[in-house]
Amino acid sequence: MEPILQVEHLTKVFHSRGREPYTAVSDVSFSLYPGETLAVIGESGSGKTTVVNMITRLLDASEGTIILNGQDITRQKPKNMKEAYRNMQMVFQTPVESFNPRHTLGDGIAESLINHGMKKKEAMAEAVQLLAQCGLEAEFADRYPHEVSGGQCQRAAIARAIAIKPKLLILDEATSALDVTVQEEVLNLLTRLKSELHMSYLFICHDIALVQQFCDRVLVMYKGKIIEEGIPDEVIRHPREDYTRNLIDSVL
Amino acid sequence: MNHTALSSDFNTGKAPTVRAKKIHKNTLKTRLIVFGVLAAALVILAFFSEYLCPYDPYVQDLSMAKAAPSLAHPFGTDRYGRDMLSRVIVGSRTSIYSTLLLVGFITVFGSFIGIICAWTGRWLDALLMRISDLFLAFPGLVFALAVAAVLGGGVQNAIIALAAISWPKYARVARSQTLAQKESVYLRAARLSGCSTAKLILKHILPNIFGPILVTAMLDIGTMMMELAGLSFLGLGASPPVAEWGSMMSDTRNLLTTHPWVTLAPGFAIFVSVMIFNLFGDTVRDWLDPGNGR
Repeated sequence: MEPILQVEHLTKVFHSRGREPYTAVSDVSFSLYPGETLAVIGESGSGKTTVVNMITRLLDASEGTIILNGQDITRQKPKNMKEAYRNMQMVFQTPVESFNPRHTLGDGIAESLINHGMKKKEAMAEAVQLLAQCGLEAEFADRYPHEVSGGQCQRAAIARAIAIKPKLLILDEATSALDVTVQEEVLNLLTRLKSELHMSYLFICHDIALVQQFCDRVLVMYKGKIIEEGIPDEVIRHPREDYTRNLIDSVL
Repeated sequence: MNHTALSSDFNTGKAPTVRAKKIHKNTLKTRLIVFGVLAAALVILAFFSEYLCPYDPYVQDLSMAKAAPSLAHPFGTDRYGRDMLSRVIVGSRTSIYSTLLLVGFITVFGSFIGIICAWTGRWLDALLMRISDLFLAFPGLVFALAVAAVLGGGVQNAIIALAAISWPKYARVARSQTLAQKESVYLRAARLSGCSTAKLILKHILPNIFGPILVTAMLDIGTMMMELAGLSFLGLGASPPVAEWGSMMSDTRNLLTTHPWVTLAPGFAIFVSVMIFNLFGDTVRDWLDPGNGR
């Protein structure tokens, strides 16, 4: 089976004036197959977010290749990324900040539809449908991000991400900022949407318990490298690396 | 305003803080309306100035020269017997509209440069910012004097001279604001929705940086009005017989000791309108301040 996302030898070196070059991500390779939920776990500063930023092309990779749905997007120019973004969307850690404070949630959700050629009126109607699919009433389309709770806003962010029916959804700590009960609801929503829309998830996280509950496979990152890979239950039961063991012990 | 709120706060605990906030908001709203109306009134008055003045401001009547303020001539007359009230009213058009034109132009131009700098970065940013440094490093009025001297007198050239030295401030505000917005999460989300660069800037960044730029512009109206009047006073702005407050003061300054009203009338007009625009600017700043709970 063709992987939906294939990352090979991805490396990011930051050069800043007057300092030693800093390698944030070094030689990261993995594949994500259709229908799979792949977790990337690690402490802050381990390079998870840098990997995601390179995959979404918000950051240029220093080395390596990124193949999305069979197409090499590593050196794609930003203005030609629109088609690639059709296959790849993202839900951010901070739901409220991920919406423009001057636009309504409905505007935010309809935006990608409009950018991909839908008429404004249809897009707004579709946005209401998407909100309903994510468990929010139609009135939320007219609300501003600061007028809703974090959980509601994250549902809206999910509605925005699934609007153009991407094959890959990147969840960058999408539940970390939410409290535990809301987290549960959002995870249930994500599980339902995954089977409805046949998506693959790249789940960035630092909570190993969540990974065990939600993901098919896990990559453990430490200091910019992947140090362990496997099925969550296996990794938790028989961690091969000391760092992974510490990570697990810190939760249990 | 806070006095009552504080004293009742002491007795009843938390609730009055809310009340204090409400009072603050209400006075702010009142201020906004009052100063907004006053500023608008000035602009409208300036527009209809020709129809509002009791005498023809350009007709000389030497028999009435240097008349003291009276019922017929509330601000007196100048040395040619022209009614000062009429001249002050007509002068408002030149003074206010050239100021608004100037501020409008530097706001748009400066913001445009600032956004380009922040967005493209690299060498273009460095180049444009060094150019703006160059203009900032020069003493403003001296530079304006030099420009006005090269181009010659006239309101138009005074505006060009002041525009040349004033745009960098707006470029700096727009640049720093845009840089902050450029790193925001919502902009990343907008990129992922497939927005073009133009759309990112016009639809996402511009509405979010508009507030600080507007406040800068509002607070600048008063300053610019003074500087334009200053240039005219020095003989590099409006030239006689055009009624303009700065040049009117300059014309009549040797009468200051003997017939003070002739100089004081335009001076008073400058003072009042600068104050109104400054107070309006201050209020707009408070209104757009995120701390005010909007």
